[in-house]
Amino acid sequence: MSAPRPNDPTQPTADDLRRLYRSLRLIRRVEEEVARVYPTDKIKSPVHLSIGQEAVAVGVCDPLETRDYVSPTYRGHAAYLAKGGSVPAMIAELYGKATGCAAGKGGSMHLIAPEVNVMGASAVVGTTVPTGLGAAFAQKRLRTGAVVAVFLGDGATEEGAFYESLNFAALHRLPVLFVMENNGLAIHTGTEKRWATDRICERVETYGIPAQRFPTSDVIDIRAATIEAIAAMRDGGGPHFLECVTYRWREHVGPGYDYDQGYRDDSAYKEWQARDQVELIGGRLTDTDRDAIDAAIETEIAEAFAFAEDSPWPEPDRLYADLYADRDFTPVRGV
Amino acid sequence: MTDTRTLTYVNALNEGMRQAMREDERVFLFGLDVDDHKAIQGSTKGLVEEFGAERVFTTPLSEDAMTGLAIGAAVSGMRPIHTHIRMDFLMLGMNQLVNMASKYHYMYGGAASVPMVVRSMIGKSWGQGAQHSQGLHALFMHIPGLKVVAPSNAHDAKGLMIAAVRDNNPVMFVEHRLLYPTEAFVEEAPFEVPFGKARVIREGGDVTLVGVSNMVNECLRAAELLQEEGIEATVLDPVSLIPLDYDRIARETDKTGNLIVVDNGWTCCGASAEILADLAERGTRAKMKRMGFAPTTCPTSPALEALFYPNPATIAQAAHEMLRPGKTYSPDPERAKLAYQVAFKGPF
Repeated sequence: MSAPRPNDPTQPTADDLRRLYRSLRLIRRVEEEVARVYPTDKIKSPVHLSIGQEAVAVGVCDPLETRDYVSPTYRGHAAYLAKGGSVPAMIAELYGKATGCAAGKGGSMHLIAPEVNVMGASAVVGTTVPTGLGAAFAQKRLRTGAVVAVFLGDGATEEGAFYESLNFAALHRLPVLFVMENNGLAIHTGTEKRWATDRICERVETYGIPAQRFPTSDVIDIRAATIEAIAAMRDGGGPHFLECVTYRWREHVGPGYDYDQGYRDDSAYKEWQARDQVELIGGRLTDTDRDAIDAAIETEIAEAFAFAEDSPWPEPDRLYADLYADRDFTPVRGV
Repeated sequence: MTDTRTLTYVNALNEGMRQAMREDERVFLFGLDVDDHKAIQGSTKGLVEEFGAERVFTTPLSEDAMTGLAIGAAVSGMRPIHTHIRMDFLMLGMNQLVNMASKYHYMYGGAASVPMVVRSMIGKSWGQGAQHSQGLHALFMHIPGLKVVAPSNAHDAKGLMIAAVRDNNPVMFVEHRLLYPTEAFVEEAPFEVPFGKARVIREGGDVTLVGVSNMVNECLRAAELLQEEGIEATVLDPVSLIPLDYDRIARETDKTGNLIVVDNGWTCCGASAEILADLAERGTRAKMKRMGFAPTTCPTSPALEALFYPNPATIAQAAHEMLRPGKTYSPDPERAKLAYQVAFKGPF
């Protein structure tokens, strides 16, 4: 992080810190509540929790405007919420209810929030890299000035579509910020069994794309880099790449911990817990501010779960609804 | 009368895309070599000159990401036409087509749609071989959420193209290389050929021949041969495979009591199997037969390639055997090859 400059937009004000904390804490608490409720079997969808990884989504999404797009992954609760996706619509979606953000047809892995330009998430690794690229292409052609943050995991960098997308984004100077959440695991397989070298930023730089690595995913650092990347992209600059090293606290899929499964121990977990961004940013707020934010979040979450509980199931005739779009179909917005 | 104008299939494709691009500036055309001097066998000729490099551009050989790009652009307000010079190359984009394009509208509860056209061309003859000849439309028919159209003539090439671009769903647009030089009456003004409406191209009371894509022409030639034997064939073109006009096929089958579906692809789990299965479920009493690619890989040697495809003679023989079982009928192979070039021009 560079030395603070006066009026440096990359340095958070007190307002910024409150907003960052609110977002980090909201994601953490929503997912903890998802994990708590999960054993009741009310959630009808496999969940891939972002707990521990919130700082990446929050650091990137905080400086994005509503007009900007996010292309999330199946571990996408954090990106969806950080971009401003509705909490009740997300929980209802996890419950399989008609009021869900995908009308109960997508579940946890297929969140979407067209009203805030969160594109549809996919369960197939790497798939939303090119679709995010397409949104960036559209922004450039339509001259909206909007940018696209494409989230991907370390596993997605092994897919051909990732390199195809890097190449095209650089070739056409598309306004796309590739955000790699490197948690070191593809399900249970570590990068040491998957990567010939770990120099991903170097690989990306050969496409002429500026790449930065964040070894601890400090939310302020990621936010600062994003602010600068957005400014460059709105100015006609091409793509940027962020490698955000992070850590998945819970199991690959499901609500629990899995340090007893033999593929990893909890030593790294303890290190990451010691620099938990939710706590670190929370610690920079006054107690009064923090308590007020926490209380508001608890109310919001309780209301969201109640909304999901009370919402109706989709009617049987919805099984075939929306398979094809009519001629007069108009999207809510963009996405 | 504008409908006295004839146009080749390739120029009809070109005119369809040109008019679709003129009427909607969100439409763009891309794919490897769409803007080069050969212009996808001429089908994209002049388009980069008229619409510029922002709307007509070539791509890296990255079918997977380029298909995803089309989807992402489509859900963000644009209307791509993605072009592949051979259908075989679509296999490199299957993840995006099957896992995203087909599902985007449904999987996200109707929040967004994917208005995109995926053009691809089936090759045939002159040693195209195993990977330049496949008719893979049945793979896409299997996936709910995709539409599949297969124009057999210039009129439909233009009308289906305009309809496909205006459609709000992913449309697999299946072209055939051998149809490119064929001519038909084509109106100059923009028009649509509706999906899901089969068309009777020739009426006959004895047997119903359903042809897919280029096989419509082979069926028409077979019908000419059969006529010489006193057998009258109806030739039916499904026009679109998804949606498929099952009812019309059933009606035309009931009229003759004999059906042969001749696909431009393999029969196993193919369009022909789907049509026969539907008729069986309706309890048809018609005699039915499927024809299509031989159940093997397409070879390059002309000596073998000729055996791989149904042709007017084999279609006519199959119809003859269905109507007059056990009676010998061997059209002179030369006559079959040189059978009158029916080249149906409409009117439609």
